[in-house]
Amino acid sequence: MSETGIGARVQRLEDRRFITGRGRYTDDINRPGQAHAYFLRSPHPHARIRAIDIADAETAPGVVAIFTGRDIKKFAPDSDDLLDEDIGGLICGWMIHSKDGSPMKAGAHPALAKDVVRYVGDHVAVVVAETLRQAQDAAERIVVDYEELPSVTHTAKARDAGQPEVHEGIARNTVFEWELGDKAGTEAAFGTAAHVTTIDLTNNRLVPNPMEPRAAIGEYEEGDDAFTLHTTSQNPHVARLIISAFVGLAPEHKLRVVAPDVGGGFGSKIFVYAEEVICLWAARRLKRPVKWASDRTEAFLCDAHGRDHVTRAQLATDRDGRITGLRVHTIANLGAYLSTFASSVPTYLYATLLSGQYAIPAIYAEVDAVYTNTAPVDAYRGAGRPEATFVVERLVEVAAREIGMDPVAFRRKNFVTSFPHQTPVIMAYDAGDYDAALTKALSLHDYDGYAGRKAESRAAGKLRGIGFSAYIEACGIAPSQAVGSLGAGVGLWESAEVRVNPTGNIEVLTGSHSHGQGHETTFAQLVSHRLGVPIETVKIVHGDTDKVQFGMGTYGSRSGAVGMSAINKALEKIVAKGKKVAAHVMEASEGDIEFKDGQFRVAGTDKSLAFGDMALQAYIAHKFSGQDLEPGLKEGAFWDPTNFTFPAGVHICELEIDPETGVTTIERWTAVDDFGNVINPMIVEGQVHGGIAQGVGQALLEGAHYDAEGQLVTASFMDYCMPRAHDFPTFEVGMTVTECPSNPLGMKGCGEAGAIAAPPAVINALTEALGHENVAMPATPAAIWKAAQGLQRMAAE
Amino acid sequence: MTAPVAITLTVNGERLTRLAEPRETLADFLRRDLGLTGTHLGCEMGVCGACLVMLDGTPVHSCLSFAVQADGSAVETIEGLTESAAVTDLQQAFHERNALQCGFCTPGMLVTAQGLLARKASPSREEIRDALSGNYCRCTGYEAIVDAIETVARRRAASREELPA
Repeated sequence: MSETGIGARVQRLEDRRFITGRGRYTDDINRPGQAHAYFLRSPHPHARIRAIDIADAETAPGVVAIFTGRDIKKFAPDSDDLLDEDIGGLICGWMIHSKDGSPMKAGAHPALAKDVVRYVGDHVAVVVAETLRQAQDAAERIVVDYEELPSVTHTAKARDAGQPEVHEGIARNTVFEWELGDKAGTEAAFGTAAHVTTIDLTNNRLVPNPMEPRAAIGEYEEGDDAFTLHTTSQNPHVARLIISAFVGLAPEHKLRVVAPDVGGGFGSKIFVYAEEVICLWAARRLKRPVKWASDRTEAFLCDAHGRDHVTRAQLATDRDGRITGLRVHTIANLGAYLSTFASSVPTYLYATLLSGQYAIPAIYAEVDAVYTNTAPVDAYRGAGRPEATFVVERLVEVAAREIGMDPVAFRRKNFVTSFPHQTPVIMAYDAGDYDAALTKALSLHDYDGYAGRKAESRAAGKLRGIGFSAYIEACGIAPSQAVGSLGAGVGLWESAEVRVNPTGNIEVLTGSHSHGQGHETTFAQLVSHRLGVPIETVKIVHGDTDKVQFGMGTYGSRSGAVGMSAINKALEKIVAKGKKVAAHVMEASEGDIEFKDGQFRVAGTDKSLAFGDMALQAYIAHKFSGQDLEPGLKEGAFWDPTNFTFPAGVHICELEIDPETGVTTIERWTAVDDFGNVINPMIVEGQVHGGIAQGVGQALLEGAHYDAEGQLVTASFMDYCMPRAHDFPTFEVGMTVTECPSNPLGMKGCGEAGAIAAPPAVINALTEALGHENVAMPATPAAIWKAAQGLQRMAAE
Repeated sequence: MTAPVAITLTVNGERLTRLAEPRETLADFLRRDLGLTGTHLGCEMGVCGACLVMLDGTPVHSCLSFAVQADGSAVETIEGLTESAAVTDLQQAFHERNALQCGFCTPGMLVTAQGLLARKASPSREEIRDALSGNYCRCTGYEAIVDAIETVARRRAASREELPA
């Protein structure tokens, strides 16, 4: 293994700018002549806008302009005039059909509300002023006459009779009633089951909270009739496509979207948001750059939230402890509007994973998606797969306990053991060794010593628990034809372009875009490995639609399996062209040229040509006819995967509860993951750690809560508790490897695993410690204290 | 009370006089007026730690301080701490240990670490974790950050011992 190639713990090439404060995030950028936008947001969960009086606010110092929903019209062609036609609304790019064949019901989603506001934080007006503070001051002088309407925020109640309609005419607030699997076959399995386990679960609503809040700068260049949008995006090309094709602000070739350094995303920066659209529109209208930067409470109110499922799930088992069927009914809260990929999350990213790591002959899932007067809900780290894993891993744990089997033995007995394995819910698992990961995890964790540690805890007046999570996810998103057949509006391939310069250094343009994953290092490792060149000679270019032709961006643990496969394909073309050049230079037959360790050699001779020398020869074109062989050295590739990838593993959480305070302390955490081949173990371990932290946050601390009046009462870091450094022990992280057969690098992806695996591991441990199953997320100290006190009372009685 | 006030302070070793609105936070002053964008705004309520700077040698939330409060003080941001090499070993340790991902929280983490090691030369891992209670990182799960700070504590202790008595 080379020191900078595949598998090496290469220290990150992008670190220098971040550790010295020279990162360049969107809010660090200021454009000459820019004005500042501040959004006036709805204080009501649901209200009709009778009138908006901006007259007084317009006279406030520094105000450039104030716009409301009625102002945001299309521009006439080649003119500054506005047509009497609204710009396009924000779209949801994945069509889901209900069981009865009807398409999902998508309520209109204007960038600025026109007549009705539908959640607290909904966009009412934008003030553009010389400074941000002036814009904020002016916004306080806007008078909005609201007619308050009844609202609904509760997931499980949104479909009840008598609830107000979030979108007028969309009955029972139902976006779709979707199903997957074999209903009759599953009912038959339950009819003959020896035991049926039933659980009711809530998958708590989360706020992603990347540390960098969202920001956007819209610019319009009058001379070229061209737009630039700097924004905090995980996928700038997708943003450009949607803003061009659906919002209709600018044709695609006249809109440049730049996402510079992005300070975390976790899904929340996939989507196209109102603020980006309005900054662009206002820049065109005012002919000035318009900048907006979110504060944290705006992020809580308006960034797309995650999860929010209410589920009843059942598992059928036979007399031998084999799983014979699984069925699920889920109500998924999608908020007030359908965000960019909202509909795919509780459907094809969720129910397709309900087989977990287990051979289950019959599965049937029903998902009813609802509108509520809450922020839109969309993908958040794991997106559907954490929800599925929580269902499956709670079900198997509870089932094992109910039928009196050891949860480890029960899992082992039901593992899928031969591959490929076709589940009843679309997915065909291609490779894995679930038993190997479990065995390794038990060993790393010292499971054998658990009974002794539990006894010690008991002696100290503490309750100790252990919980398992044998998760699987579908990553490497995704084969374009497959997702197209399931309703996706886009293909999910990835692109790459490799440009070799005459001096031999290399620029790799990729449609993936890092928001912390270290692509500038791992992608360069692949190039260094394949071309045998020093890693310092490789630069990764991403995040700018003027540089990279097209790409689908970074989410769904896809950048390695899909993005790097595209780079690999382009590198193969570079080597093929290089062999042609080398053959001419060394006056040999192309078929005799071998490429290894950065050298082109003529087989059976001592003649060789270094990669960099070949690159120069490719450009000067003195040794070959430019008619026979094109000069230059640049190759592109699009990689479309043939299957999802299936990372899987086992996480074990061991924790201790102090029954006097309700405080849960995680004592040990063991993770054994199979991500296929790993490019940089150091970076992968970091991804695992971070994922676990977010999953533990969901299980113990985090929960977005709307009160009965529809107010988000957890709208700051004082009210919404995220994990701190002292919430974790040192993690024990191990790996097993089964190569992924569906991509040339054998990679599966690692970005979401921890967040998927962790919640059921924690809850299984808590319920094991407490001896009953009634523990909801987030299991805060207050909730656990009540549960533990109940236990003590029972013991005393 | 909105008329700008003249303040004189030392930022990263350079003494300067500027006008600042009374309501302007130190963070906004550093970022907008001085272009020192290594100081980040993550919550604007003193919870996340992304905006930490050294004010007269002590870590302070620049989002909770007004610029006028820094009148007469010495402020060091990540840019100045880098320039003066005061945190070079911490930066190197963060890099070696992969103690950052998106990098947004990193300047604040470095300021906290520098403040901690100034107070306590050899903190335990638990003390390091507790010292980070004012810093959110959403990416790393904190372990690598704790490791990096622990490493620097040890290295600094070792280099002190090597000094002639």
